This record gives sequence, C-alpha cells and structure tokens, in this order.
Amino acid sequence: MSLFPHRHLLGIERLQPADIQVVLDTADGLKEILDRPIKKVPTLRGKTVVNLFYEASTRTRSSFEMAERVLSADSLSIAAATSSAQKGETLLDTARNLEAMSPDLLVIRHASSGAPHFLARHCRFAVVNAGDGAHEHPTQALLDALTLRQRKGRLKGLRVAIVGDILHSRVARSNLWLLSKMGAEAVLCGPPTLIPPGIEALARVTHRIEEAIEGADAVMMLRLQLERMAGGFFPTIREYHARFGLTGERMKRAKKDVLILHPGPVNRGVEIASEVADGPFSVILDQVTNGVAVRMAILYLLLGGSGEAAA
Amino acid sequence: MSRLLLKGGRVVDPARKVDAVLDVLLAEGVVEAVGKKVNARGAQVLDVKGLVVCPGFIDLHTHLREPGREDKETIASGTRAAAAGGFTAVCAMPNTEPVNDHAGVTRLIVGKAKAEGAVRVYPIGAITRGSRGEELAEYGDLREAGCVAVSDDGRPVASARVMRRALEYAKAFGLTVIDHCEEPSLADQAAMNEGPVSTLLGLRGAPAAGEAIMVERDVLLAELTGGKVHIAHASAAASVDAVRRGKARGVRVSAEATPHHLLLTDQLVKDSEYDTATKMNPPLRSEADRQGLLQGLRDGTIDCIATDHAPHTVDDKTVEYDHAAFGIVGLETAVALCLDRLVGEGLLDLPRLVALLSTNPARVLGLPGGTLAPGSPADVTVLDLARKRPVEPARFESKGRNTPFAGWQLKGWPVMTIVDGRVVWKDARK
Repeated sequence: MSLFPHRHLLGIERLQPADIQVVLDTADGLKEILDRPIKKVPTLRGKTVVNLFYEASTRTRSSFEMAERVLSADSLSIAAATSSAQKGETLLDTARNLEAMSPDLLVIRHASSGAPHFLARHCRFAVVNAGDGAHEHPTQALLDALTLRQRKGRLKGLRVAIVGDILHSRVARSNLWLLSKMGAEAVLCGPPTLIPPGIEALARVTHRIEEAIEGADAVMMLRLQLERMAGGFFPTIREYHARFGLTGERMKRAKKDVLILHPGPVNRGVEIASEVADGPFSVILDQVTNGVAVRMAILYLLLGGSGEAAA
Repeated sequence: MSRLLLKGGRVVDPARKVDAVLDVLLAEGVVEAVGKKVNARGAQVLDVKGLVVCPGFIDLHTHLREPGREDKETIASGTRAAAAGGFTAVCAMPNTEPVNDHAGVTRLIVGKAKAEGAVRVYPIGAITRGSRGEELAEYGDLREAGCVAVSDDGRPVASARVMRRALEYAKAFGLTVIDHCEEPSLADQAAMNEGPVSTLLGLRGAPAAGEAIMVERDVLLAELTGGKVHIAHASAAASVDAVRRGKARGVRVSAEATPHHLLLTDQLVKDSEYDTATKMNPPLRSEADRQGLLQGLRDGTIDCIATDHAPHTVDDKTVEYDHAAFGIVGLETAVALCLDRLVGEGLLDLPRLVALLSTNPARVLGLPGGTLAPGSPADVTVLDLARKRPVEPARFESKGRNTPFAGWQLKGWPVMTIVDGRVVWKDARK
C-alpha cells in the first residue's frame, strides 16, 4: 500500500486529508536538504521529468526545476512561446511527442481548465498540475498549508481569509478544498463581481475586507489581474485598492500574530500595500522556500523514490 | 409502384387519436388505408406484430454540414444517420459554408438530397445574410427554392430591430423564424453553464438567464409583429416559463427541447472530468432547469423534441475543453433515449412522444406528414419497445462520434424507417 495512492496530482479536490498530511510530512522531511551545503540527493536519479508551461511563470517553474535538480531527476523545461504550439501543434500532439521520449512525469501549466486531466487521460506519464485555467493549482495550496502549519503548528481550527479575485483564481479554489479538508475555516472576500456563483456553499463570503480580516489567523491575498478592469469587474484600480486592498490601517484589526500570504507576483499598491507585503506578518518568502519542498515531496511520492530521500 | 402492407402493428397516430392494432397500407407514396382488415391484394406484406407503427419522425434541428464541412458530415451520411435513428425527414440548419442565405445554396442542398439523401431534407434558410445578424436574407427566393423556415442557428440574432424585421417580413412568405436564443454579451467565451459546477471546474459559464432574456424578447417581438417564432433547443426553466406565458396570451410561439437537455445536467461535465462530449451550445444546465424542461414537455409548452445533431471530427473534440467545438450528434440516439428515459420511466406516454417527434414538428413548420391519415405521405417509423442494445458510436452511420451517451444501455429502438413508401433502413443487428 503506497503512502500516496495517486498516479497524478490533478487537484486538491480528489485528495483525502491523509494524503495531504503525507505530502506535508514528506515536505517537512525533505526541506532540510535545502539547508545542506551540498543540496543534492540521488533519490530520483534516472527519472525524467518534463515541465511544460503554456503560461508565463517564474516562481512555479523555477520551483519545480529546483526540486527536480535537488532530487537528481533529469528534467527539461518547455515554454509554449518557444515550442511547436506557436506553429499550431495541438496540445495532444505535443504531449504524444514528449511521451515518445518516455518521460516519467510531466508538469503542466495551461490556461485551459482541465488540460492536465486531458493529458492524464490520453498519455502514459504521470501528470502534475502546475495550474490549469481558473480550476486548481494544487502545489500552491500545499505550500501555503506547509507555511501555515510551520508557523501555527496546525491547520485544524485556523481561520483563513482569502481576499481578492476569487472568480478567476485557481489558487483560491485549491486552498478552499485544502482548508476545508483539513478542518480550517476559510472566509472569502472580494467585490461581488469577482465572487463565482455557488461558492458560498463551500465557504462564508463577505464583501467587507475588515470583516474578513477580523479574527483571522492568516490572510491570503490574491493577485488582481489588471486586465480584469477592462472586463468591467470593477471601476478603477484606485477604488479597488481603497475598498478591497490590504493596507496597514486595516491590519490593525487583525490578530497580533496574523500571517500574510500571497502567491505572487505581487501588485504593490493594488491588492496589497508595500508596507504590509514587506511587513513583519508577511511570510511571502517562506512560501517560496516551502514551494520547493512541497514540489520535491510530490515528485518523490509520485515517482516512488528509493526511500533514501529523507536520509 | 409497389404497395406495402404493414400488418398487425400497434398504430400510434396522435393526430387522429389512434392507438390500436391495425394494418397500414402504403401505395403510390401515400398512406392508402389504415384499418382492421385492409384489403391489400398484390401488396408486399411486412409482419410488424409486436412493433409500433408511427407517422415518420421529423427532426426540426439537424446540422448536415454540407456544403462546406463534408469532413464532419454530408447530406448522404447525415440522412443515413437520420434513417438509422428512425427519422423520415430532417430540417437542415443553414450554418454551412457558405451559409444557406440564398436560393443557390438551397437548390444545391435540395438537389443533393434528392440524389443522395436517404430521407427527406427540408432546408432552413438564414435569417440574415451570412448569418451576420445585419441585413435580412431574401426570404421570397429562399421559400421558392424550398426553405421551410429561417434561422441563424448558432448565431443568436443580437439586434432586436433585426429580429423584429425578420418576424414581420417572414409573414409574407409564411415562414417561421427559428431563433437560437442567447444574449451574446452574457455568454462571452463561455464553455458551459454558469453555476456551482462551472465555479468548481474553473470554466467560463453562460448563465441560463442569458437564454431566457432573448426568449422573452422574441416572445414580445412575435406578439408585437404577429410573426411566428420557434425557440430552438430551449435549455433553461426560465425560457420554458417565457414560452408558457406567451402561449397563454396567444402569441404565435413554439419551442423544442433536445434529449440531452432533457436527460443530462452540467454535473456531467465534472463527473466526466472535462470530457468534450459534454460540450454543446446551449450548454447542459442545472437540475432545476432540466426539471423545468420536463414540466414544459408534460404540459405542452414544449412542442417538439429535436436533436440539434451537430457532428464534428475527432480532431475538433480531442483538444482542451475550452477549445473544443460545441455540439454532439443526436440522430441515432434521440429516439431510443426518449423511449427508454422518458416513456420507459413513465414521464411521458407513447402517443405523447410520437406527437413530440412527428405530429408537432410537422404542424410547427407546416410540413407534410406527421400523421398516418389516408392521403398523407407514406413516411413511417417502426419501433420495437422491447429491443435492448447499447449506444455504439463506432457503428453510427453519421461521420460524427461525439456523443456523451456512448455505452448507455437503452430499451426501445427504431427498427425500420420507411420514406415515400420505401424501406430506407431496417435494423440488421443481431
């Protein structure tokens, strides 16, 4: 019986609480490798990983690459801008061609929700979802959880506010699943135009950021994609920041030991004021470090490492 | 010309309130007699004991794809699919390439159908040139060439002014305007129904209200103009409600629903993990919408069941969900789905289903048929209510394999299709 009984990581929704526990525990164990003078273990030697990124990404892609290198997997990264997608090749053709080179695992980031499921259905390799449309971004939720657990010692019973553009956010969806599975309480906040229908069945929704922050153990700020303004979701950036932004003034209502998370990249002065992003409650850079550890854990668990990982 | 006697079947002809074991004699392309003991000396006899004999089924909403997209379907393959699905006639939507917006295209379709078609083909002309929603097409010419209605199906008529003019102008030629109702500004880039399921899947949704808004508008415009409007593939409960209120006021409005909207909901998009066979326009809606459609079916608000048969190539569907083509094939599954899931489950009785598939489609567009009254066209659909088999896309006559019903085990299938007195399809499966 495997510790992690899944062939792919397509989303948090289908994971059991015990699966999440295993990923976080494994990441905790592997994280120590990153503090060693020689940051490399032979765990995934001989395994091949392809990182296929159809959307721009700095953090997630470099985090996966780092995790692959530390575990000694052979990896190759493809950005859609330089690939055959530019020449009109279909996603399936690209994947089938990669499959012919026998990779063990493929990490995919794609603007279309469900693209990882599509590849999982049609190809032999294991698939890790590195963000699909507005659907899920499971490794982000896992690294957020690892960060919360390190700082708070638990997930159960925590109150976490998720603030911003919930409608278009895969980070919000993955976190919502994860928090509810682990017994934490999520509160969603944003303008009504950016709250998707039916989400209130999964979490409490408020349109007042003060209410969301009050009593929260952690506040997750979401990136506001500036092109949403053209879609008429809100009138101006100025009003957005004034009504829904996380400012130093609003932080006064928060618990004294509140944590501020942000998946990046940050729009300073839009969803979050610089003084908060850089302030004492911010764990934004911890998230980045934990991102590598969580991705190491996922690769290890899916590729059936040799067992010497935590050695 | 040969004479054909269908002997000993259960004849269901809702137009004449007939449901009894009778013989049906077809001769010279028409129904010659229906009765207990028909004298049919010299006729070829088909024993249909234990089977149901109905006036031929008419599909108001078929995409034959020819001319222009013969890789998806042709008039030959599409009409073979119709025959194999128990349809004796199909109405061909005009969104071909080029669009059927002038008599030349109509004549091409009519000519091809005569030469290669397995069943009758009634072309539908475009409401506007190129279905662009701007200038009206030439309805007089279209009618003369053989069009039985006009529609910009797939492209809702966004402008209320254009829709008003279409409803007015069509009156001169007795044409019904069939509208694909969807307010475009509410459906921008949508891949499915908007609701809790689209939220979880992270797919862009189109709200049911976007359809109902345009149905309300069309009902009001039909009332204003005295024109005749037919609502294509109603999918929202609020649309049914709008039609119901319009009918109560005496507005000349009719509506159709598809088997997939009657049987499936948007939950299937999630349960199938983004299977593109669940993607169509209008999209699968909520359970409340589905119940609203069933209610409309039972109380007569919805007049017809139509397939919206929309064949696509494998390549069109084997892509990311939001890039996949809209639509599923329906001709070879519709009747069995209705027999199993609507009649079999007790939601409708058989005469009512026959009315929805034959009598009413004929009445809505003023087409020949829809009854077995003597003198009617010799178009007959024969059903075997006991026949059980699975839906097998690999054996479809259609070029399209895009169906969410693959593998469904269904009871009750068409087994013979007769057009103009000739058997054009007979179930040869064991």
